[in-house]
Amino acid sequence: MASGENQSSSDNQQRRWHHIRKLLERSGPFCHPDFEPSPEILDFIMDSCKVLIVGAGGLGCELLKDLALMGFKKLHVVDMDTIELSNLNRQFLFRKNDIGLSKAKCAVEFVNRRVPGCEAVAHHCPIQDLDEGFYRQFHIVVCGLDSIVARRWLNGMLMSLLQYNDDRSLDQSSVIPLVDGGTEGFKGNARVILPGMSACIECTLDLYPPQKTFPLCTIANTPRLPEHCIEYVKVIQWAKENPWGNNTALDGDDPQHVAWVFEKAQDRAVKHGISNVTYRLTQGVLKNIIPAVASTNAAIAACCATEVFKLASSCCTNMNNYMVMNMADGVYTYTFNAEKRPDCVACSNSTRIVEIEPDATLQMIYDKLCEDPAFMMKSPGITTVINGRNKTLYMSSIKSIEERTRDNLKKKITDLGLYNGADILVADVTTPNTVTIKLKFLENQDVEMAR
Amino acid sequence: MIKLFSLKQQKKDEEGSARAGGSQKKASAAQLRITKDLNELNLPKTCNTEFPDPDDLLNFKLIICPDEGFYRGGRFIFSFKVGPNYPHEPPKVKCETAVYHPNIDLEGNVCLNILREDWKPVLTVNSIVYGLQYLFLEPNPEDPLNKEAADELQSNRRLFEQHVQRAMRGGYVGSSYFERCLK
Repeated sequence: MASGENQSSSDNQQRRWHHIRKLLERSGPFCHPDFEPSPEILDFIMDSCKVLIVGAGGLGCELLKDLALMGFKKLHVVDMDTIELSNLNRQFLFRKNDIGLSKAKCAVEFVNRRVPGCEAVAHHCPIQDLDEGFYRQFHIVVCGLDSIVARRWLNGMLMSLLQYNDDRSLDQSSVIPLVDGGTEGFKGNARVILPGMSACIECTLDLYPPQKTFPLCTIANTPRLPEHCIEYVKVIQWAKENPWGNNTALDGDDPQHVAWVFEKAQDRAVKHGISNVTYRLTQGVLKNIIPAVASTNAAIAACCATEVFKLASSCCTNMNNYMVMNMADGVYTYTFNAEKRPDCVACSNSTRIVEIEPDATLQMIYDKLCEDPAFMMKSPGITTVINGRNKTLYMSSIKSIEERTRDNLKKKITDLGLYNGADILVADVTTPNTVTIKLKFLENQDVEMAR
Repeated sequence: MIKLFSLKQQKKDEEGSARAGGSQKKASAAQLRITKDLNELNLPKTCNTEFPDPDDLLNFKLIICPDEGFYRGGRFIFSFKVGPNYPHEPPKVKCETAVYHPNIDLEGNVCLNILREDWKPVLTVNSIVYGLQYLFLEPNPEDPLNKEAADELQSNRRLFEQHVQRAMRGGYVGSSYFERCLK
């Protein structure tokens, strides 16, 4: 913006936030009980509130545009993908010249150019490459992902940032809300997750439809559908014929691989009198592609962005807490309260603490887990994570592991790589899940004195 | 509901860098779940597990030595690969021992409903172990993967039994060679 236009641009700014100010500077019947109307809320949204957008695809482009236009400036976008021709019909921040470039970077550049004042930052990498320190800086995370693995990972990350007080109650300042959107054809959902407080991804894992699979014997012997032929080549023929040598894994993004599968699937289809095996279908089956509908993405992203706005401003209570939408026949939405599972592996795990002498052996921890009235376990299997690697400390139920970890019992826990504040993971029949237990070393002043 | 952040709470920046260092990486949900599954693994006496790396609970082998049925006396090794999406997706199970069986093909693919279309997250490694054991006690010719074997089981049980024996002792059945897998 040219410097001479300062006056008119700030007028424009005034008009630009006119409608949002009505929401933030007035009270109303749907406001959150704690809501205090104030012009500072807009300042918070514009200057302080940091929002992470995970995914810069169909939903991500919409989310970035929506949030930027709502006034959020401190936006970060993560996406590991690059732009493909088939994205351009709905991922409207990308142009034909951008094909092959990073989605996150292109989306961010476009929005920063188009929306005055927006300072979005791009991260072109897998979400797993960013660490706790990165995720902790955000007030809100919103995601438009196409993968359950990524959602679960992100969910686990936000859970691991939770802090608990000494009385095991949740420290609410450590909660980073997650707003999650998903679409599939004309259907979609949007939900709000308050980690540690409301149902999380892992609590509702059984809501995700299982991946469509066919019985192996059907695809092997009695194929009826073109998909059966493609599955057969994918599951059986690829491994058998190993066309690229060295047990090369089938890559749905490699056109040569797809062409090979397509050709073999066609042969098989002809043999069984099946028609309609096409290259597109082959690609679809290999990559599990579900047709994306631009308007579904727009609607779901708008819901998610609205929830982010409500969270940031408290100007309205959030949806409680899971909305499904179906636009296949008219428009239908339904919102329900997904319940937090008391035994959820991810969010019920308010870490327990075991106090132990710094020079204790693993055996002493094991005994404590069995004898301490707070635990009373039967045969705990103990593992931990050291330098990002899983380590089995002791497990009695599996003979071959027991034999090789038995010696650990005699070792000092510090020699096993454990330290004050380290987490051990304990599985036992007495608990519905593997529980995380934090080691707390008792201060042993005598030892210090003796030196 | 709570009011999650007051306007005062703008400390995120400093906090982000301050507490970042030295924290322990968390185990994945799949890891937590498989630990639980394995700690409660209750194997029938015909089965055993082997962990090439005791720190890697996601990759292991199951050895089944049936003590009755057509496959009595054999020793069959299955490899289990548990992916990051467990238990949303089942483990990948392959039979590493060549076996003449209606529901296991010569590449080691296993046709067991709970390994594919009927998998549910409530099922455990134990469920799969029992499923596999059942395949050896009651081969199912209705859903064949090795069609030859299935047809034979249906048309000539005697001959099928002989062929199973021959395969387990090591030898040819038809044009396929089977390594000896008797205990």
